Parts: sequence; structure tokens; C-alpha cells
Amino acid sequence: MSYSRVQTTVNGRRIERNVLVRQTLAEFLRNELGMTGTKTSCEMQVCGTCTVIVDGAPISSCTYLAVDIDGREVVTIEGLSDGADLHPVQESFLKFFALQCGFCTPGFIMMAVALLDRHQEPTRDEIAEYLDGNICRCTGYQPIIEAVIGAAQRTQGESS
Amino acid sequence: VVAVVTAARLDGLFKWYGHIVADHPILAIDRVRYFGEPVALVIADTPYAAADAAEKVIVTYRDLDFVIEAEEALAETAPILHTMEYQVGDRSHAEAWAEPSKSNVAHAGEISWGDVERAFAEAYVTVETRVRFPMLYAYAMEPYNAMATFDNGTLDVTTTAQHPFQVREDLARIFDLPLNRVRVRSPLLGGGYGSKSYTKVEPLAAVGAWVTGQPVTVRLDAEEAIHTTRADSADVAVRSAFDKSGRVLARDFDITLNTGAYADNSPLVLTKAINRCFGPYRIPSLRVTGRAVYTNTVPASSYRGFGAPQGNLAGELNMDQAAERLGIDAAEIRRINLVHPGERHLPGKRGMDADLPADLKMVVDTLDWPESSSTNYHGTGFGCSASDAGALPVSTAIVRILADASVTVLTGSTEMGQGSKTALAQIAADELGIDIDRVRLVQADTDFTPYERSTGASRTTVVTGLAVQRACRDALSRLEEIGADVLQCGVEEIKTADGNLAGPDQSLGYDEVIQAWFEGRQGEIVGIGVVRREGTLEELPPFWEIGMVGVEVSVDPETGRVTVDHLVTVGDVGHAINPALVEGQDLGAAMQGLGAALSEELVYDGSQLVNANLIEYRVPRISDMPRRIDSIIVQRADGVGPYGAKGGGEGALNPIGSSVASAVGRAIGRWPNRLPLTPERVWELMQPEEGPA
Repeated sequence: MSYSRVQTTVNGRRIERNVLVRQTLAEFLRNELGMTGTKTSCEMQVCGTCTVIVDGAPISSCTYLAVDIDGREVVTIEGLSDGADLHPVQESFLKFFALQCGFCTPGFIMMAVALLDRHQEPTRDEIAEYLDGNICRCTGYQPIIEAVIGAAQRTQGESS
Repeated sequence: VVAVVTAARLDGLFKWYGHIVADHPILAIDRVRYFGEPVALVIADTPYAAADAAEKVIVTYRDLDFVIEAEEALAETAPILHTMEYQVGDRSHAEAWAEPSKSNVAHAGEISWGDVERAFAEAYVTVETRVRFPMLYAYAMEPYNAMATFDNGTLDVTTTAQHPFQVREDLARIFDLPLNRVRVRSPLLGGGYGSKSYTKVEPLAAVGAWVTGQPVTVRLDAEEAIHTTRADSADVAVRSAFDKSGRVLARDFDITLNTGAYADNSPLVLTKAINRCFGPYRIPSLRVTGRAVYTNTVPASSYRGFGAPQGNLAGELNMDQAAERLGIDAAEIRRINLVHPGERHLPGKRGMDADLPADLKMVVDTLDWPESSSTNYHGTGFGCSASDAGALPVSTAIVRILADASVTVLTGSTEMGQGSKTALAQIAADELGIDIDRVRLVQADTDFTPYERSTGASRTTVVTGLAVQRACRDALSRLEEIGADVLQCGVEEIKTADGNLAGPDQSLGYDEVIQAWFEGRQGEIVGIGVVRREGTLEELPPFWEIGMVGVEVSVDPETGRVTVDHLVTVGDVGHAINPALVEGQDLGAAMQGLGAALSEELVYDGSQLVNANLIEYRVPRISDMPRRIDSIIVQRADGVGPYGAKGGGEGALNPIGSSVASAVGRAIGRWPNRLPLTPERVWELMQPEEGPA
């Protein structure tokens, strides 16, 4: 088994270690760093469950090699909250009951965070288009859209 | 690599599992009955080593004849999958039964009453419908996983099982252990929808731990999970006899389920399909015959509403076709046949505990029927169903009031996103008169939580809810007994409210009573609530789960693509202990129904599934959401559960398929005969009879 030296930042923490070259980022986060908030499901980039943010862009960590985070900055669901207060998007998912089993939730939240970073006031259609690569089997999606709208309004309210 | 295990290594164990018939080998014995069946278990120190080693396993196969379609499997010349007859209800394996099997029928069933033939002879019209319901995969996003250890003669399994107590029974039989030597835990599950009912990968993990003496985890990916359990596809034929006014005189159903290589829960799926196909109508003469058929495909088992969606598609589409033939409004033909509150539509079963005509009116009024339907590529459809839900009402709950007046509720029910943690805590908080923040649920650990038959059939709020309610009352009565001691008064003088016991002279909190009685900051009060089939739960089912839904759809005349413009669901749940949970269940169930109606279908080519992945097995996405959604909750306190509650969670799925099929049929002027209604199928249906030029 071959390894490669990786220097990276995960949720603001500098990390340097030997990484198995065949290891996916999702496996690295879950098994090496113990960050099990990131889930995997389809393992072929269609369900969005494993979404994390690398250098500001949402990616599917199930098919992204861990060695490729060398020199990059990774944010996972664990990085959104300091443990005391939830991120506004997390708050909004709770408020709008946008999760049932919660398995897809980290992926949806990371995607919504990436969306709101780019568009502060997305329309309903823009939200739907952006989140169309994330699957939820429980909620029927409507509460998720409401939650993202709610989070956008809240973020707007704070910044204005 | 630590070990490679094949069936040959299992001598000394009972090598099969299955809660109805133990026909499912832990690892294939001598023959592989479907593509994807586990043949060898490779155990290594890392998943990478195990995966690499598994590729090096060489299996020598001799090709056998196989059958994929149920119809092929029923042919006289068909290869027989299981050479021995299984005895339903007997939990011993078939090998004890020396009866050679002559067919691939895993289970057959029938119900009938009245004089069906005479009714058809006297009918004003007879309407026949044949439909196919697709082979589905539930796709709980967390696949099946299990982790097992064997220590000091005790097997400890943490798993993604909905029914840990039933898994415990299968595992105890495999290893010949008493039930108290098998611990099965189900932590929070990443979705279930019935697909995590019963035993899946637990025997593999347990055998791994038994062979190696080390902890073993079996973790499936989505493709492997699809090859573990699917839902039964069905071919259903129905003919119904009507009088001139549209009253049903008789219905005659024939149901064939494609059950896959092992029975799993399909015998029960068949029983439910038989009970649920004809609808909650007044039917003077009825005959339903059905069979669950073994084929060389992924074993089929439970999936949300099982049996109901399969049968309902045929039954309700048939009602719509009858309405058209008779020139009667599709809502009216249902209204005049629906049973009324208290009426029994299935002899020997509970009378109807819902007001179906009122529910139907809500659906059609909200749909603006019949004005909303036209043949100009826009159609409306709706359907009714009533499921004998709740399963068997067996549940025990334990409530512990601790010395600081916080409360732990122990229940064997599993949380998989449906919200039992919330709903059961609400019931406990209500019964005990304390804040919900003071209540904590501990669930689904066979070592510590008391027996729960299952988490499914929409039963938790009703059946487990009653057990929790009774446990709370038991705890309070014990608390009042010691309270009388502490307050130095008679038990009958104590008034309990808002977390306080008030005697004639003073009022004390629960914590003060417990601490005074046990002397110091210690002690606790334990209450037990037991539910079994008696009293209000004597009659089965515990409740009828109602499905009343409607849709408006548009069809793209160029492509055949169906868009859902409007979805209406009526959640007739008796009492909504948590309305947000009920709405969440209704919308989630309806959306899964829309998947089956429009895009989901497992497809075989030869002996292999061609779309065992989430790209080609297409579940609904955000862009498939109905444009408008009306989720209506009806509360008439007509259920046997706490505060008049009935179950929810499956009802809104059951008639979605038939509603979409009817709506598309009205939109394009031709009735569909199978789901899913993919653009290609709808486009074909729109072409003139002689086919496209």
C-alpha cells in the first residue's frame, strides 16, 4: 500500500500526515480524523450526501481522493459550528423541520452553505436547481427549500 | 486477511435465517439462487485488504437454468429454486420437512365471501383491469451495516435493523443461544421505510466474529444493499361487477408477486396485498387469490405500505375505468361504495375507524375536481386505500422517574427518522405532567429496553405510545403510593398534577417525594406498561391506516414527460400528537410513491440487475417536487391509540400510484397498465393504436 505526504487544513486545523493514496476524502475524514458527520451513500456522485467544501467549492468526498486535499482547505459539517452555537443554516434546518433521519442532512447543509456564500438572496428556483444534486428520501424536499430560504433571510437580516 | 468463510465453515450452526420460513442461507450452500448472493465472507484487518482479497476469491460455478419473471417461474418446465417444501409458521428449516417441492410458489393465499360467479352473471357491467407494479428498491440512504463481537458466550451486534428483537431471534437460532445471550442494538438509523425490517447482514457479521474471535463489521455499499433486499413487483388482474347505479356487486382479484430467491417477508406482503387490494368498499361478493413466487432475483421483503401499493394500483384504476364505463363521476362511484364509520368491509376485522366519505370530499374539493381534469394533456387522479396496519399489538415500555424528577423512557422501538423519539417523549411528558425537556428516550437495545415486536406498520405512536402511556400511569401510581407515605395521608387524598403530588397539607415535587422516601438524593420509581391483544386492541387490525390522496399532472405532448402540478394528501390520523411529524410522514411517503409512479424500477437483463445504482435507478429529486402541495390533517379522535391517535406514515404512499396512473390516463385519453410512467412509456401510450409511423 502506498502513501503520500499531505499538508492540509480541515475546519481551520492544520493537518500533516501520510495518506493512503487509494483512500477517498470521505474515508479519510471518517476513519482517520474521526469526523463521522460526513456520510456516504451512493458512492458515485449522485446523492450529494458526502458533500464537503474544498477551497470554497462543494465536492463529493466519496469520489475525491484524500491525497488531492494537499495544499487545500477543507470544511466539513463539523466545521460549521463551534459546539456552542449552530450555524444559521443548521438552525434553519431545525426550525423548518427539514430533516427526518438526518443522513442526507450534512450534505444538504454543506451545499446550502456553498450556495449562500455565492448568492445571498437565492430564489426558490435557484435553490432547487442548486440542491438538485442532493437526494433526500424522507422529507419530500419542501421543508429543505423553506429552511434554505429561512437561512438566507436570517443571514440577510444580520448583515443589513 | 484474517479469514475466508464459506458455507462449509458453518457446520455446527443452523445455517439459515428467515422470520417466516428459514429458507435463507447465511452464505450460499451448493447453489447460488440470485446474482449478488453472498458466497464467501472475506475478513481482513482493513476494508481495503478485504476488498482486494475478495477479488482473488475464485468460485467455480456450473450454470443452472434460471427464472426472472414470476410467470416463467410458474411454468411447468421451470427450474425449481427450492427443492424442499417450507412450512409457514414453523421456524425449523425445510430440511426437516422431507416433502420435495414441485413448484416455485413460496406462499399462496386466498380470501372469499358471497357468490362471486352469480354476481358477475347478474352484473350490469363488468370491468377488467390488468396492471404491473414495478420492482422497487426503498433506498434508505444509509445502506445495511452490522458490527458483531462474540465474548464470553454472548453475541453482541450493533446493526441497522428496524426490528432488533426479531433479528435477535434469528441469531439465537443460528448459534443455538438463549435469547439473553444475544444482544442486538439499533442506533439511530439513516432511513428505513420497512427495508430494514428483519435480518439482513447481521448473520454475516456474527459468523465473522464467531470464526475469528474478533469484532467484525460488515458494511455494504448502495449496490450491495440493492442486491440484499428489494420490494415485490406484482402482476394483478381484477374484474369487478357493478349494478347500473355504480354499486359494486363483486370483485375478483388475482395477484402474483415476484418474491425473489428467498421468502423473507413476502408471505406477509402477499397476505397484505390480498387484504388491501379491493379497497375500503362495501363488497357483497369477493374473491382474491394470490401467490408469492420464487424467482432468481434479489429477495423481496417489506417496503412502506407493503402489499397495499401493489394491490391498490389495480383496484383503484379499475374503479376509475368503471366510472368511465358507467358514465358516473369517479368520486361519486367511490362515495357510494365506501364503508361508513363502524362498518366492516373485511369480515372478522375491526370496523372502519375513519370517516372515508368525508376524507374523500376533502381530496376532491382541494383538487377542484372534476373541473381540474381534461384530456388536453392535463389530468387529475385520486385514490382511496385502507390498510390493516399496526401489526400485532405487542409492546412493553418502562418509565423511570429519577431522583431529580427527570425521566428515562425505555422502549425497544427504533428511531429511523420517523420521530418516535419526539412523539413518545410528548406522550410521556403529557402523562407525567412535566416538561418534555425532562424526558429522555432510550431505544432499541435488547439487553436493556423491553420487548417490542417491531417498528413498522405505522404502529409506534399507537402501540408503543399506549405502552409508554401505561408505563407512565403505572409509575405515577407507584409514586402516589410512596407519596402517601411521605405526605402521611391516604393514596386517594393525593392529587397529582404538573409534576407535583398534593396531599391535604402540603404539595411536593416528584423529586422531593422520591428523595424523602428513599432518604437522601437517591432512588427512583419504575413503571411498566404492557400492551397485548386485549381490550380495545382485541380486534385486529389495531387501526385502519387511511390513504386518501390526489394529484394533478401535466404531460408533455412531445416527450411524454409527466409533471406533478398538485399533490393533495389527507392524513386521517385520529389525533396528531405532533402535526409536523404527521405532515413530514405524509409528504415523504407521497414523494416515495411518486418515485414508484414515475421513475423507479429495477430492471433485469438476463440474470443480472442492470441498474443497481442510483444513477439508473432514479429516485425523486427536488426538481421532481409537485408544484403545489396541500397536506391536510384530519383529527376525529377515532383511533385506539393515545388520545384517539391512529398510525401514519404509509397511508399517503399507498394510493399515489393509482392516482398518478388515473391522472395520466385522463390527460392523454388512454389508461396506463403499468408503472412507472416514464416519458418513454407515456409517449408510447400517446401514439395511435397502430403505433408510430
